[in-house]
Amino acid sequence: MSTIKFTEDHEWISVEGDIATVGITDYAQEQLGDVVFVELPEVGREVAKGDEAAVVESVKAASEVYAPLGGEIVEVNDVLDGAPATVNEDAEGAGWFVKMKLSDPSELDNLMDEVAYKSFVAGLD
Amino acid sequence: MTPDETLLKTPLHALHVELGAKMVPFAGYDMPVQYKLGVLGEHNHTREKAGLFDVSHMGQAMLEGPDHVAVSKALETLVAADIEGIEPGSMRYTQLLNAEGGIIDDLMVTRPADPALAGRLMLVVNAARKAVDYAYLRDKLPAGIKLTTFDTQALIALQGPAAETVMSNWCAEAAKLTFMTACPATFDGIDCTISRSGYTGEDGYEISVRDADVEKMARTLLSHADVAAIGLGARDSLRLEAGLCLYGHDIDETTSPVEAALTWSVGKRRREEANFPGAGRILKEIGEGVSRKRVGIRPEGRGPAREGTQIVDAKGEQIGVVTSGGFGPTADAPVAMGYVDTAHAKLGTSITLMVRGKPRTAEISAMPFIEKRYRK
Repeated sequence: MSTIKFTEDHEWISVEGDIATVGITDYAQEQLGDVVFVELPEVGREVAKGDEAAVVESVKAASEVYAPLGGEIVEVNDVLDGAPATVNEDAEGAGWFVKMKLSDPSELDNLMDEVAYKSFVAGLD
Repeated sequence: MTPDETLLKTPLHALHVELGAKMVPFAGYDMPVQYKLGVLGEHNHTREKAGLFDVSHMGQAMLEGPDHVAVSKALETLVAADIEGIEPGSMRYTQLLNAEGGIIDDLMVTRPADPALAGRLMLVVNAARKAVDYAYLRDKLPAGIKLTTFDTQALIALQGPAAETVMSNWCAEAAKLTFMTACPATFDGIDCTISRSGYTGEDGYEISVRDADVEKMARTLLSHADVAAIGLGARDSLRLEAGLCLYGHDIDETTSPVEAALTWSVGKRRREEANFPGAGRILKEIGEGVSRKRVGIRPEGRGPAREGTQIVDAKGEQIGVVTSGGFGPTADAPVAMGYVDTAHAKLGTSITLMVRGKPRTAEISAMPFIEKRYRK
């Protein structure tokens, strides 16, 4: 049974057991525009909550993607190398960025659930 | 007062909004950066079919004197191009120069085809610089030369391999023009002036038309299956791939035309006469070389290197800076331009770009990054 949570920086994190998959939301990809390049971290890297985990380059600008929670990068989405547009096409599915082994899964409780995130987005702009 | 209210609007503003454009401020105007196709889609559409651009924010103006020789000599006091030698109905690219030989703005100058309009030169200048340009022209031009600015005249561009076919549906004159020529024309009964020119590296037209008529013209063009509206985002990626300068980024008041690799625009007679602002510096640079040069840059890999990226040598010393950079959809690679110390400016030279604090290899490359397809 997976849990999906969201951050105010428009990242989603989907947890199954102690492995979390992280990506950016559909709202974020729409704001960014066409993604041309994704810079992913090295497998094995430790990131703290709020550390820069990846960089998304759209046609116009680069945006940082932050680790929603702390942990170790165990896998990165190689598909994005040749097909960065996957982030635009399926941000919340095939466009995932990294998988992490969380250091403290209980921190998930502090993040927004889907309802709260949708409400947060509605309040923007 | 919200920011939107202080921004100027072109006559096509309502159309942009209707088409679902994402609007952003640019040069004091509320302009479309992209429509529903997105920047990549709009870029590719322009290279494959025909893209329609609203460039009404740019400055359109006219210099008038007693005859062609007088008005061209007057403009020649401010630019290094051969203006007197422009044939009727032809246009040239040049730059307004300051006393130090730096560039105040780059512009297109057109000599009307009609002999009845002798003594006139039509100018198109950058939106962000038009106030500065007009003030400079007014200040420096001799008495007897009048500057008129066209503030109720719109400008649109149709660019791409399908442009001639599209235009020919409504405008008989379009197919007859060759690159860098212009003429008065009628488009679906609407009076306009058309030129075969543009800012994308593709064949295409720029159309000057009254504010009151531009929306109808734009809608007619958009009714053609091959035409799509293109925003400023794609305008930038298209011109970057074509190796064309953007004022305020690749050229500015500190860059001379020689440093900017625009020496080709300095007229041969003008070099001999040395009668333009900054001639001392410019001729010295032509004769002895420059210390820095605008070059094309191809980063290794697929990540872009953007404006402001420092360029360093093997020891980590700065040797230049990127002035424009992004991802080139047609090149299917990151592309950039910038200035490097002349010692590192040769084609194929390996350089290092500091992107987010990390060194990335790149190569000095020829421009354009794609094949230019002008109809000469």
